[in-house]
Amino acid sequence: MTGFRTLLYKEVLRFWKVGFQTVAAPVLTALLYLLIFSHVLDRHVLVHGVPYTAFLIPGLVMMSLVQNAFANSSSSLIQSKITGSVVFVLLPPISYLEFFLAYVVAAVLRGLMVGAGVLLVTAWFAPLSFVAPLWIIAFAVLGGGILGAFGMIAGIWADKFDQLAGFQNFLILPLTMLSGVFYSLHSLPAFWQGVSHFNPVFYMIDGFRYGFFGVSDVAPESSLAVVAISFLAVSAATLAMLRSGYKLRS
Amino acid sequence: MGVAVSIDQVEKRFGPLRALDGVSLQIAEGEFFGLLGPNGAGKTTLISCLAGLARPDAGRLTVMGRDVVADYRAARRLLGVVPQELVFDPFFSVRETLRIQSGYFGIRNNDDWIDEVLANLDLTAKANTNMRRLSGGMKRRVLVAQALVHKPPVIVLDEPTAGVDVELRQGLWQFVQRLNREGHTVILTTHYLEEAEALCGRIAMLKQGRIVALDTTSNLLARFAGHTLSVRLAPGAALPDALRARATEKDGFWHLRLGGLAEVEAILAALRTAACAFDDLRLTQADLEDVFIGLMQGAEGAR
Repeated sequence: MTGFRTLLYKEVLRFWKVGFQTVAAPVLTALLYLLIFSHVLDRHVLVHGVPYTAFLIPGLVMMSLVQNAFANSSSSLIQSKITGSVVFVLLPPISYLEFFLAYVVAAVLRGLMVGAGVLLVTAWFAPLSFVAPLWIIAFAVLGGGILGAFGMIAGIWADKFDQLAGFQNFLILPLTMLSGVFYSLHSLPAFWQGVSHFNPVFYMIDGFRYGFFGVSDVAPESSLAVVAISFLAVSAATLAMLRSGYKLRS
Repeated sequence: MGVAVSIDQVEKRFGPLRALDGVSLQIAEGEFFGLLGPNGAGKTTLISCLAGLARPDAGRLTVMGRDVVADYRAARRLLGVVPQELVFDPFFSVRETLRIQSGYFGIRNNDDWIDEVLANLDLTAKANTNMRRLSGGMKRRVLVAQALVHKPPVIVLDEPTAGVDVELRQGLWQFVQRLNREGHTVILTTHYLEEAEALCGRIAMLKQGRIVALDTTSNLLARFAGHTLSVRLAPGAALPDALRARATEKDGFWHLRLGGLAEVEAILAALRTAACAFDDLRLTQADLEDVFIGLMQGAEGAR
C-alpha cells in the first residue's frame, strides 16, 4: 500500500504546488460564467421552479469538477511521458491497480477541491438548498472518477500536447458544455433531448443537481445507474490498457 | 555464488527491426559486468526488458531468480536502474524526489539511507534544491541516488557517465565499486571503453541484437589483443618488403601486430639488416578498444 499512497501523495502534491493554476483559475472561470449568465437571465428564467442563478450553480460546480479531474490525470501522464520522468513510476513494484487508483483518486481530489471552491464563491449569489447531500457526494465522486480515468486513457494515448488538447477541446468541452449545465433538457427540441441522453455528463449533472433541489430531468436512480456503469466501464478499459502496457511499456 | 541475472533466449522486435535476436546471458551475484556495443546494438533494449520497461517477444529474464514478467513486483524490488536519459520531475526537491522514490518501493522513513546516499554522491548541499535548478551532472547523480533508495542487490547503470565531468566520474565509480565490494551486482553499459576495462570483471559485447563476445575482460584482451610494435621511420628510410607486407600505416607509424613478444627481436634484426633508420619505436598492449573495433568489424569471424 505504501506504493499507492506515495504515488497518490505525489500526484496531489504535483497539482497543489501549482494550485493557483490548477485550483484557483478554474474557480475564477466558473465565477465569470455565473456573473455573466445570471446577469442576463436571472430575472427572466425559472427552471424546475428554481431561479436561474441557483439552477446554474450546481451545474457549474459539476462542470468544473469533471473538467479538472480530466485535466489532472491527463496532463500529469502526458507531461511525465514527454519529459521521460514516467520511468520513475514504471520501474518500481507498483501494481496496475495501485497505479490506476492513485491517478484517479488524485484526479477526484482535485475535482472536489475545484468544485468546493466554485460552490464557495458562487453560493453567495443565490439561495441554495441541499435536499439530498449523499446524492451530491455520490455524483461528485463518481463523475470525478469517470473523467479522472478517462483522463488517464487520453494521457496515455496522446503522444503530443496538441493531441491531448484536441481531446480536451473537441470532446470533453462539448460534452460538458452541452450536458445541461446551462439549461434544462426539457427546453431543448425533441431531437437534441434524445441526443443528450447519450451524453454521460448529462446524468452526472442532472443527478448532482437533484441532490441540491430535489428536482431533475430524469429520475436520480437512473442517473446513478448510468454514472456507475460508465465508471466501471471506463475503469475496466483503463485497467486493461495499463495491464497491456499500451504506450507505457514498449 | 548464485545467479543475479539470467537472460534466456530473449527476442525483441520493433516492427521489422530485431532489436534483440536470441540473447542469452547469466550474471553471477557480486559480478561487475559490462555490456558493450555500438549505438543500436540492443543494450538499452536488453536493460528495458530486464526492468519491465519493455516486454520481450520471446525468452525469459529473471532477477535473483524472480521472473520479470510473471513475478514483476518481486523482480523490480531487487533491481535498481539508472536510466540513460537525463530525466527528472521538475516539481520536487532532491530530498522530496528520493523520499517519493523510496515510497514507490514500499519504504517509509528512509532518511538515514537517503542521507548516506546523498553524502556519497556529494549531494548533501543540494538536498533541498529543486531539481530544475541542478546542473546536468548533479541531475545525473540524483538519478543514481534514485536507483539506490531501496538498496537493490542488482544495480544497472545505463551510460551513467555520459556528459559527466571527470571529477564526478571518479567519485561515482568509487561509490559504485564500494557497492560492488559490499555484494551488489553491478551491470554497466558505457561508451567509455577504458571504464569498462578498468571496472568490469566480465564483458558481453552486443552487435545487432546478438552477443558477439562474452568472456572475462582479461580473456577478451588476451584473445584478441597481444602487442603491437609501432615504428616511425627516419626521413628517407623505407620499410623492408617482408615487414611491409604485414604492417599497417597510420598516423606516421607503421604498426606490426605481434604473435608474441619474441617477434620483437626478429623485427629489429630485419630493420638493422636493411639499414632502415627509425626515429621512434613503441610497444603497446592492445586495449579493449582494439578488441571492440576488431569484433565490430568482423563480428561473424569472432564468434
